[in-house]
Amino acid sequence: MNKQTKYQLLTAGISGFLFALGLGISGMTLPQKIIGFLDVSSANWDPSLLFVMIGALAIHAPVSLWMKKKSHPLLDQQMHLPTKTKIDSSIVIGAVLFGLGWGIAGFCPGPALVSMTQFSKASSFIFVAAMVLGIVAHHYFQKSKEKQKNSQAS
Amino acid sequence: MSPWMWSLVGGLMIGISASILLVFNGRVSGISGILNNTIFFKHDSPWRAVFLGGLLLGGLVLHLSGFNPLEAEPIYKDHENLVLAGLLVGFGTALGSGCTSGHGICGLSRGSPRSLMAVVVFMLSGFLIATLTSVVMRSL
Repeated sequence: MNKQTKYQLLTAGISGFLFALGLGISGMTLPQKIIGFLDVSSANWDPSLLFVMIGALAIHAPVSLWMKKKSHPLLDQQMHLPTKTKIDSSIVIGAVLFGLGWGIAGFCPGPALVSMTQFSKASSFIFVAAMVLGIVAHHYFQKSKEKQKNSQAS
Repeated sequence: MSPWMWSLVGGLMIGISASILLVFNGRVSGISGILNNTIFFKHDSPWRAVFLGGLLLGGLVLHLSGFNPLEAEPIYKDHENLVLAGLLVGFGTALGSGCTSGHGICGLSRGSPRSLMAVVVFMLSGFLIATLTSVVMRSL
């Protein structure tokens, strides 16, 4: 492993660490707060989680804009950004399903993982196990879809 | 400090974290994608596993420090609901290539129309199911 790769791992670790602190401090790891935000019928509706988004975008949007002008990051020869741009049925259906799950349990992926470190909470372990199962299910769903496509083409 | 201020501080930290990964590594901090690629051992996964390690370590440090500025009345979700929700989140984020972090923070920051679409849709479906559930529960 060369020096650059080692530094990349270090920055990835630091980034993950800070991400967890941010999620914990902001209230995103409290499912009851997520539900309190998503349930607009509640008498004491709690919009404070909007500020998580505002805070994150206030830093990351200008940085992203600035990075657009760069040909490569500090520790690599190229950027690794998502390449898909088409708004297709997958992204819409995927987002609908994700939103439903988020609104039912009050967990999205990052906060659910962070919550596992509070061992008293069995709920996050159950949620994460099911989430991993959902990811694996999608993997095989995608594979069978590609297979079908290929057999139709041939 | 009022709750929204803690949310803002936490949000700023998430923004700094995402910016570190972008500026140094040129990578997007989408948690669902990082988890997905770690599960399937993609060729360039080591950094993803390390990121997840840092994430868990951060959670642990926070937990052990007992620093918990936001209190909220705990809610109880039965196991069936947690399993259903987990499956939906896992499958949905894999199909829609992202979650709150990947689309909500990184995608919106890059000005991606695809991410904007995803954010609008998952916010709407989240608001809808949470509000419906609460209205139905109260009427029972």
